[in-house]
Amino acid sequence: MEYLDNLPPMDLMRSEKMTFVQLIIPVESAHRAISYLGQLGLLQFRDLNDEKSPFQRTFVNQVKRCAEMSRKLRFFKDQIHKAGLLPSPHPASQPDIELEELEMQLAEHEHELIEMNSNTEKLQQTYNELLEFKMVLQKASDFLVSSRSNSTVQEREMVENVYSNDDYADTASLLEQEMQPGPSVQSGVRFVSGIICKSKVLTFERMLFRATRGNMFFNQAAADDQILDPSSNEMVEKTVFVVFFSGEQARTKILKICEAFGANCYPVPEDVTKRMQITREVSSRLSELETTLDAGTRHRDKALTSIGFQLVKWMNMVGREKAVYDTLNMLNFDVTKKCLVGEGWCPIFAKTKIQEALQRATFDSNSQVGIIFHVMDAVESPPTYFRTNRFTSAFQEIVDAYGVANYQEANPAVYTVVTFPFLFAVMFGDWGHGICLLLGALVLIARERKLGTQKLGSFMEMLFGGRYVLLLMSIFSIYCGLIYNEFFSVPFHIFGESAYKCRDSSCSDARSIGLIKSRDPYPFGVDPSWRGSRTELPFLNSLKMKLSILLGVVQMNLGIILSYFNARFFGNSLDIKYQFVPQMIFLNCLFGYLSLLIVIKWCSGSQADLYHVMIYMFLSPFEDLGENKLFWGQGVLQVILLLCAVVAVPWMLFPKPFILKRLHTERFQGRTYGLLGTSDMKIDDEPDSARQHQEDFNFSEEFVHQMIHSIEFVLGAVSNTASYLRLWALSLAHSELSTVFYEKVLLLAWGI
Amino acid sequence: MYGFEALTFNIHSGYLEAIVRGHRSGLLTAADYNNLCQCETLDDIKMHLSATEYGPYLQNEPSPLHTTTIVEKCTLKLVDEYKHMLSQATEPLSTFLQYITYGHMIDNVVLIVTGTLHERDVHELLEKCHPLGMFDSIATLAVAQNMRELYRLVLVDTPLAPYFSECITSEDLDDMNIEIMRNTLYKAYLEDFYDFCQKLGGATAEIMSDLLAFEADRRAVNITINSIGTELTRDDRRKLYSNFGLLYPYGHEELAVCEDIDQVRGVMEKYPPYQTIFAKLSYGESQMLDKAFYEEEVKRLCLAFEQQFHYGVFFAYMRLREQEIRNLMWISECVAQNQKSRVHDSVVFIF
Repeated sequence: MEYLDNLPPMDLMRSEKMTFVQLIIPVESAHRAISYLGQLGLLQFRDLNDEKSPFQRTFVNQVKRCAEMSRKLRFFKDQIHKAGLLPSPHPASQPDIELEELEMQLAEHEHELIEMNSNTEKLQQTYNELLEFKMVLQKASDFLVSSRSNSTVQEREMVENVYSNDDYADTASLLEQEMQPGPSVQSGVRFVSGIICKSKVLTFERMLFRATRGNMFFNQAAADDQILDPSSNEMVEKTVFVVFFSGEQARTKILKICEAFGANCYPVPEDVTKRMQITREVSSRLSELETTLDAGTRHRDKALTSIGFQLVKWMNMVGREKAVYDTLNMLNFDVTKKCLVGEGWCPIFAKTKIQEALQRATFDSNSQVGIIFHVMDAVESPPTYFRTNRFTSAFQEIVDAYGVANYQEANPAVYTVVTFPFLFAVMFGDWGHGICLLLGALVLIARERKLGTQKLGSFMEMLFGGRYVLLLMSIFSIYCGLIYNEFFSVPFHIFGESAYKCRDSSCSDARSIGLIKSRDPYPFGVDPSWRGSRTELPFLNSLKMKLSILLGVVQMNLGIILSYFNARFFGNSLDIKYQFVPQMIFLNCLFGYLSLLIVIKWCSGSQADLYHVMIYMFLSPFEDLGENKLFWGQGVLQVILLLCAVVAVPWMLFPKPFILKRLHTERFQGRTYGLLGTSDMKIDDEPDSARQHQEDFNFSEEFVHQMIHSIEFVLGAVSNTASYLRLWALSLAHSELSTVFYEKVLLLAWGI
Repeated sequence: MYGFEALTFNIHSGYLEAIVRGHRSGLLTAADYNNLCQCETLDDIKMHLSATEYGPYLQNEPSPLHTTTIVEKCTLKLVDEYKHMLSQATEPLSTFLQYITYGHMIDNVVLIVTGTLHERDVHELLEKCHPLGMFDSIATLAVAQNMRELYRLVLVDTPLAPYFSECITSEDLDDMNIEIMRNTLYKAYLEDFYDFCQKLGGATAEIMSDLLAFEADRRAVNITINSIGTELTRDDRRKLYSNFGLLYPYGHEELAVCEDIDQVRGVMEKYPPYQTIFAKLSYGESQMLDKAFYEEEVKRLCLAFEQQFHYGVFFAYMRLREQEIRNLMWISECVAQNQKSRVHDSVVFIF
């Protein structure tokens, strides 16, 4: 006991000692103070305006402005991305600017960009129209020409038999009229030509057919070029169409349908020379527009690049400002409206640093009044804060994923630094793979500085975050791989010769009868001769299975011992007596005993069946062990252990809630009417009063809680032990897979 | 398969049910509404909404906001969610989800047809359409002159085609028969949806028949109230009521002959579920009826979430979200027009 009391304080294992502080900051230096504190990052503010909605807070306008600015910045980023430029921070960046100035600059830039965009859009639209017109002219003229040549042929024929076939004459006359531009406008067949998105052509044609009751002729051809859709900035495929129809009503209908489908109609003159002329005009205007558009794009790109130089910096700045104002919103005005009052938690070691930062803020903002910083008492339990460095942070994160420790509770992350990579290595021990992993981890660590500033993909981010975990995992994996004697499933004779050799020189019966032992045991790890032998699997399985159970029992014991240190730290003797002690007894009477058996079996070379021993220890504890007996007095010991384990269960279940209940009733005897509350007595005024302890003690709740806890422990002890066998299972799977890979892939590929 | 949904439902629809329940927990709560009602400007509303699920949809809107923008963006979110669910759904859930949109389709058809009748610009009208009720050739509706053309040109391709069989006439379109068309279509749609849900069976049929019956009864009451004092004959009125629901058939007979709102009230008070709705209203008042019906609907929709393994949750979620968007529109309008005293007139709290 004395030794335990004199243990060095376990600083690493406990979260930082925190203290509740109050800040009274004059308004003029508030912003600076908060931003300095933000850079320090060691003070957690408590929200004093919890009941206020976001837009009722003091600095809501500033927050809104920041949100507006970040919206503009997102717009720029989007534009830069769309233009295909890379936002690159300029090395020689310009001096820092004030927020107001930045806001003006951003507004200016946005205005400029929007104007340029609208100009470009207008130009682009005209350009598109001309381009479409040109395509329509080209394609439609093809239709017209072909129909004309057809009809001339038909006309020739018609001249001969025009009087013999009336029906034919009708069709022929229609075609004839179409050829002649003048009269065809007044009656008979006319046409509408235009261009439409390729995806809509089918429904468009069907609709036209229905609307005109089939009295139309639809001609289409795919346009040669894709056209830029101004709204989505994507290239769209379009189709040129020409619809022939007759009648004025059909015309209005068709035009309406065109409009409804977003098809652009362009008039195509039927006269060839006129068409040629228009085509020429359109082409020349197109080339003009193209140069204008190019110039516009170049101008815009230039503007965007100049924004791009600053973008990252601006985004950081705006983000920081927004964070500062969000924090300021958590503060309260005091009565005089000249000071802001803030409350928060900080680790005790950081107090001087915070004071320094606050002094700096006062000095820099030329404030007459200093910032008052003092410690207060608090009711609630302080937040948990672990100091981590880049090595431990990854491990701390792994532990935090399962649950964050309470304030000053023992932090399992300290042990995780070793246990996590080690258990990984037990499963994936292979010094070949380990070396590969080690190289990867070393590369990540060597380029730490460079990679740390870059934005990595989500997968790389994870790898980079866990680089030190990887490093340890690889080192342990090499160590375990040496023990397992695995190198991509190839055995190596690193630590000397194998202890076994063949019975004769021909070595013919090596696989059937086996080898004989000729030397001292292989000095480190598994003898390489096991590899490929008939008994390889039974031997390794037995070894790894037992190892996993040993490791598991050790780790579970560690967990329970940690709970002892916790209870001692918080001065909770109940937990030690009625939780820690029975738990230790239960675990070690059953699984500790199993571990003992394993070790004895290893040392003595006995052939006892441990399954049998363990199972019959429960089923028939008084039976003679027979050939499975490992040591003298084993039967009696088993009965005692079993009794201890059985006693331990009610021990951890019943006493604690009853004792708590007794304590509770004793403490509040005669005070059943409760405390008289005076008007000025607040909870904050007496932080350590009995009020908190008195807060509803509910026996049934406490009992159910304890019951759940006990059942969980008993079941957990069994199922966790079984779960630790997973170490063996994965190790087996890993070595088998690498054997298959080596034999079926590598050897076959090399053709050996 | 009554009672066996628990065995098989999750194979195809478990994921989507989880999704929709997740979406439901993102609905605004009474606390949110209280905060929204205190807003002074539309920017405040945006700021408050940015802390909710609407955040990503509103964050890139430049500052002078309009009510339409807020509503548009909120609807966009609903549409995105709907599209995601539809793309993940298998039969018969996908058909069920599509049924939900037919109501909007009918409204859109009527909107466009009425708009063109009054010579409004088609593109302007298209912007006003509900995005859930859009179909390919909706813009072509403007071409049609009468019902027959409307059907033959456009609607024959849409899922609404079968509902049209009763209202094909060659009469030219006018306001009156468009409204009759809307109600006839709606009647056919509700009956079809009802039959579909009955065919699905199980908890879906049970819950959806309740919800759809309420919808049908509400429409019946609205048709009656709106047709009082018009030249619609009793028989015509009778024809517009859906052939199911709590009021069917005796209530319909009585509703068909009603001449004023108090008679409607007399009819409805014979039905216990609707008694509570009318009990809240004073005599001769029909203004608050909509809100009362909406409140009752929301209550029933929320109850649909109490049971598992049925499709009613999808219907209920879509309706609740639409109600929420209506609430947001009302609040934003009140804030924008400085009518904050009237905020509570039309807002229906969902939780």
